[in-house]
Amino acid sequence: MTGSMLKTQSLPYCKGCGHDLIAVHTTKALERLGYDPLDVIMVTDIGCHGIIDKCLNTHTVHGLHGRSAALGAGVFFGLEDTDKKVVVFIGDCGATIGLQHILEAARLNLDICVVVHNNMLYGMTGGQTSGLTPQGFRTTTSGEGNPLTAYDICQLTHTAGASYVARIAGIGDISADLEKAFSQKGFSLIEIMEICPSYGVKLNPGRKLKDVVKESGREFGEWLGNRQVFTHQQGKKNSDLLQQLQLIKKQFSHKLDDLQTIVISGSAGEGVQLSANLLAKAAMSTGLEVTQKGSYPVTVGVGFSTAEINLSPDSVNFHGISIPRIAIITSTDGLNHNRNRIQQMGSGTLYIDSSLTPPETSAKIISRDFRSMGARNASIYAMMYYIQESGVFDMEAIYHIMEMEGKSGKLPVEKIREALND
Amino acid sequence: MQNTEKTGRTLIDGSRLMIEALARAGADAFIGYPITPANLLYLYGSQRMDLMLSAPDEITTLQWMAGLSATGKLPVTATSFPGYALMLESVNMAYMMELPMVIILVQRLGPATGTATCGAQGDLLLLHGSISGGHPMPVLATSGFEDCWKLAAKAAEVAVRLRTPVVLLTSKEEVMTQKSFDTSLLETIERVDRPWYSKTCCSYKSYKPGNLVPDFLPVIQKEHQVRLNASTHDQEGILQHSTTEAMENTRRLEEKVINRMNEYIIYEHDIQAGADTLIVAYGITASAARDAAASLRRKGKPTDLLVPASLLPIPAEYLDILGRYSKVVIAEENMNHQLATLLYGQQIPKNIQLVNKLGKMISPEEIIKEVLP
Ligand code: SF4
Repeated sequence: MTGSMLKTQSLPYCKGCGHDLIAVHTTKALERLGYDPLDVIMVTDIGCHGIIDKCLNTHTVHGLHGRSAALGAGVFFGLEDTDKKVVVFIGDCGATIGLQHILEAARLNLDICVVVHNNMLYGMTGGQTSGLTPQGFRTTTSGEGNPLTAYDICQLTHTAGASYVARIAGIGDISADLEKAFSQKGFSLIEIMEICPSYGVKLNPGRKLKDVVKESGREFGEWLGNRQVFTHQQGKKNSDLLQQLQLIKKQFSHKLDDLQTIVISGSAGEGVQLSANLLAKAAMSTGLEVTQKGSYPVTVGVGFSTAEINLSPDSVNFHGISIPRIAIITSTDGLNHNRNRIQQMGSGTLYIDSSLTPPETSAKIISRDFRSMGARNASIYAMMYYIQESGVFDMEAIYHIMEMEGKSGKLPVEKIREALND
Repeated sequence: MQNTEKTGRTLIDGSRLMIEALARAGADAFIGYPITPANLLYLYGSQRMDLMLSAPDEITTLQWMAGLSATGKLPVTATSFPGYALMLESVNMAYMMELPMVIILVQRLGPATGTATCGAQGDLLLLHGSISGGHPMPVLATSGFEDCWKLAAKAAEVAVRLRTPVVLLTSKEEVMTQKSFDTSLLETIERVDRPWYSKTCCSYKSYKPGNLVPDFLPVIQKEHQVRLNASTHDQEGILQHSTTEAMENTRRLEEKVINRMNEYIIYEHDIQAGADTLIVAYGITASAARDAAASLRRKGKPTDLLVPASLLPIPAEYLDILGRYSKVVIAEENMNHQLATLLYGQQIPKNIQLVNKLGKMISPEEIIKEVLP
């Protein structure tokens, strides 16, 4: 059953304002299409057009200046019933502010209709020029006529992927044009040209609406698109994030009775973060508590790559490491990134690739050709060497984790095992 | 606490716990765009939520969330300061429209772009002043993995119960660091129920309060007209200048958040007999504070600990608790002691010692040094 969309016939606009015409014919078109008022969600914006809410029997959502297309898009995303209609009202100024929102809704081809009330200036704030003010049109801020070309909102929206775009003159009965826009599947935009009597008419005496549009190089018409309409299946996923995780049981033993702070560092792409992750998981399989933190420059593919790992028989609260007990360094990038703290190590062990000159440090230095396994595996090899050399926990723990993580086939595990047994 | 066979010890990060907890509590849409250090939250949002939408920018993010919320969804986003700053007008809109949503704010080093990959605790005062008019918006801060779980669910609950955006405040180190964790210790999360206004006899007003919060109805039903409005409005949702009814409505936005605070005051007050010293820290610094308190106790120095989870509006009982100690140490990873300022304004009492740091985590030793100079 349909009812009247309008609560009152006396709308709150200045005499002769095109907004009045748009409101009357919008509601008429929706009624003719058979919508119940409460099947319509009218999303409005700031500007004279936005004060229509109180006169409507539809649901009304009155948002921020320039944002109604995005707000309406949000409403559309939440609709499960496609019989609903989201109609967005926006002015030429709002369309300038929120151009990105309109283009995005068109690009996704969301099933909403945007009605642009282009009265060629900011009515509510005093008649200033907008991005949609036609070239040559006078406003309170361009007394000689707007020197700039306006955005062609229709072409922009059409190119972005809208199903239907039209530009019409806001004169006479425009309900059939609106009906056409409302009955499209997918994104539709209808730009309705009008002249605000309070500012536009006074500042541009004698100029006719259609002439203003044509003389600014714009034409009336409609433009059709054929992009697929957005469906809610796009992006739908739902999997329990905890169930994705591998559980790690204690099945090996360790020899730690206190916190062990470890820094592993090398160059990006050389397996540093993977090696830290395998170390952490292997330690967990011996019953240790762990933390693992990575740091690298914003360009993740070049420069240093550092990982900080805490291993502890007790739970770890604070995970920051300033001076580590163990430093595992496999490249110049890694050394440079950690040089200061290695120099400050008063004890502990530095495992360093034999190609590098160790800095002055009180840590015990173990130098070995970790890069002999290839740069990509240097960090993994050095980490495994540390486990074996220090005896921190069962060596079998790391082989087990590599197997469990499916890394055995991808990493030269046997080659490393042989090297470690040498 | 409960045990289920599916859970156990694993290597996990806080982002995963937050998104899973939010989903279980009833959040059904993740809207966002990738920003460091909130990128893991974005990734997990895409794997977990019924609806995941990549917005082209931060303003669109909040507008889409508001639209979804108007239809009865509970949307979530995750961002960091640069994104939050752009969202702010729309956060105000959601606050004014009374639309539930959760915003996870992952703090990083500012100002401006600052250092994307460096943690910080510099956004508390920004949150304090986020809503024009100085009206408070609920802010919960996580201090550990249990909080990533429990407080995320609580944020969803508060958002729905109070019909408001809620900020879940965290920082880079909390959501990106992986730790060993036993997921079998996680409490069961119940889905937040969302009773809608169901009377058919009488007319519905979108902003007519019951216990300070109006009954919710989405714009997808057709029993009653719904009017949502970001401008000053009356109970019906109709734009007003500053009528008595409209001003009462605006006042109510503040009153509901403050007067119903007992529904979301959460803090940890760890006490020990004979302690005259209290360490106060939230967020990432709480981990250092916990270690500092434990170490001091081991050394024979009785020390208490306060870890506030509810940060805004700031509960008055924090001042009561702090007032009981002859010495209080407040530690925060910023240079201008934002929590202390919130508590005491410009007149921080002499018995309050401040530990602050910029660009690096505060260590337990730095807190201990302040307790035992
Ligand atoms: S100021 Fe202009 S746009 Fe606004 S109602 Fe009056 S005529 Fe219409």
